[in-house]
Amino acid sequence: MKIVILLKTAITALRVNVLRSCLTMLGIIIGVAAVIIMVAMGAGAQQKVDEQIKSLGGNVFFVTGAFRQSGGARSNSVVKINEDDANLIEKQVPGVEAAAPYLSASGQVIYGNLNWSTEIDGIDNRYFVVRDWGIANGREFTPAEISRGSKVVIIGERVRSELFGASDPIGQTLRVTNFNAIVIGVLNEKGQDARGEDQDDVIFLPIKTVRNKITGVNATNPKSVSFIQVSAYDGEDMDYIEDEMSLLLRQRMRIPVGADDLFRIRNVSEMIATRAETIQVFNTLLAWVASVSLVVGGIGIMNIMLVSVTERTREIGLRMAVGAKPSDILYQFLIESIVLCGLGGFIGVMIAYGFVFIGNQYGIGAGGIIETRVVLLSLGFSGLIGVFFGYYPALKASRLAPIDALRYE
Amino acid sequence: MSEPLLRVRQAKKVYTMGDELVWALKGVDLDIYQGEFVAIMGSSGSGKSTMMNLLGCLDIASEGSIAFAGQELSTLSKNELASVRNQRIGFVFQQFNLLPRTSALDNVTLPLLYSNVPEADWISRAKQCLESVGLGSRMDHHPGQLSGGQQQRVAIARALINDPLMILADEPTGALDTHTGLEVMALFQQLNQQGKTIVLVTHEPEIAEFASRKLTFRDGELISDERNQHIRQAADEGVA
Ligand SMILES: Nc1ncnc2c1ncn2[C@@H]1O[C@H](COP(=O)(O)OP(=O)(O)O)[C@@H](O)[C@H]1O
Ligand SMILES: [Mg+2]
Repeated sequence: MKIVILLKTAITALRVNVLRSCLTMLGIIIGVAAVIIMVAMGAGAQQKVDEQIKSLGGNVFFVTGAFRQSGGARSNSVVKINEDDANLIEKQVPGVEAAAPYLSASGQVIYGNLNWSTEIDGIDNRYFVVRDWGIANGREFTPAEISRGSKVVIIGERVRSELFGASDPIGQTLRVTNFNAIVIGVLNEKGQDARGEDQDDVIFLPIKTVRNKITGVNATNPKSVSFIQVSAYDGEDMDYIEDEMSLLLRQRMRIPVGADDLFRIRNVSEMIATRAETIQVFNTLLAWVASVSLVVGGIGIMNIMLVSVTERTREIGLRMAVGAKPSDILYQFLIESIVLCGLGGFIGVMIAYGFVFIGNQYGIGAGGIIETRVVLLSLGFSGLIGVFFGYYPALKASRLAPIDALRYE
Repeated sequence: MSEPLLRVRQAKKVYTMGDELVWALKGVDLDIYQGEFVAIMGSSGSGKSTMMNLLGCLDIASEGSIAFAGQELSTLSKNELASVRNQRIGFVFQQFNLLPRTSALDNVTLPLLYSNVPEADWISRAKQCLESVGLGSRMDHHPGQLSGGQQQRVAIARALINDPLMILADEPTGALDTHTGLEVMALFQQLNQQGKTIVLVTHEPEIAEFASRKLTFRDGELISDERNQHIRQAADEGVA
């Protein structure tokens, strides 16, 4: 195969000046590595976001109370959202799977001689539906426990491991701030949330228990909660549900037309997705900057190829004298340039793999994912750079007159 | 007489130096026949190399006609000229012009890269050529590891690889000492006896004594064309 000989010729030529070849390749190496790393980081961030949205339990809204506006200035009184709002949303808004009221607090929990500071939240079983969160061991609350405000607790995996270690927590008495509660369940491990907080560092009790024992009862709004988490069925129109909830709550709170809402509805998946988009835009931008360095690398290649053609003018003359056609010379230098770029691209890919591997080992950023598609694309692109920037020098070489080239001093 | 291998009629070559025209050849008429050993002589700047380059299809005449094996060269394209150089002509240069850091064998196969010879035959052909110039044992050596005479013999082997009709040599002994020059001349004479047409440029009259015909150029004109009555035999002069 002639291509093998052409490749051999190219490699021989590049080996004549190893240092120069390496320095020439550097631009391509850095460019390719940078592009792949950037795209890998983008892909990693995207995957993380997808996981977060999934761990949230699909299509979820947060409904909270808002500040009451009084004459344009914000007053300090926050309108509380309450359990009845949750019930109403669940009953009346089509497409809603569950609406879970949530009363949040925090404090110390003690088991034996171990104590741990954690989230202490009041919920009912609907919360597990909304979050798509299963019980690993034990059981959910019974309706009686919820209505009575029993001192029963379902603990997160982190709390279990911190306080109970290898022993079985079910049936054990856990001291929650200032009262004792019986552990009835342990939740599945959930991992970190979008902000990087450990979602398993939590214990759940019936809302009534938390309200009576920890937060206290709000005099004007006795059934108030911190927020309501609402999940929609898959494939439902989230904007429609949001509008319906808003309408329902405005009616319920008797907010006149044109006045501001006294609540806030946030579509969480969308929020995360928006944030992810920002990250993506940023990464794409960086990848473009990196590809500019590829082009700069290409110009370096062109420069060196021009030098190489000049240096080897006599060789070109000789090749022509023994029968090389202009096209033979063109291919020779083109292949040399492609080999230079291709090799640079290959090394760049290896470096990118190394970087991403090390980055993932040490948990830098969101982690990187190198897609084969991106690698092939980068290699193809560096080959193209070889063709594009190698063409002019190669053409110049091929256009030399045999005798002029042969006589060149 | 039969059709000449080379038929040159009123060949002129002009170079431009700035806005000055330099006539390197001023209208040369010449026939060279198959099997001749022609020495082109003349002082420096007389147009010897220019003539040789035109004969070797390395350059084209500004005016006049040159036919090689019946083929008018001015009508050929660049690719066709390349093919003539590859198939019909072998070049030997004063400075050998071998590829550095490349083995003798690979240097000799270079013209095959531009031919249609199947690759399976390359090595055997190159070996044969190297053996015929007496370098069968130096095939893996790079030019840097060979003496000047050996390098020139590698270059001759390269010129022979495509079994050309004609070998063109421009001052082939110019960079060699007398003894080594004799060796190279012996080789040319041997090739000539095997039927190769040889055209050799030299400014040394002693070297021209080995040829069968002597052409003399002066100021771009062919001023004498004589048959050599007393051909020196390089092989008889103590050279193997
Ligand atoms: N490429 C060129 N450009 C301009 N002048 C040239 C060129 N090549 C040769 N000449 C001129 O043409 C004349 C003949 O040159 P050349 O054939 O090389 O002579 P020789 O080989 O006999 O020494 C000289 O005057 C030389 O200066
Ligand atoms: Mg000369």
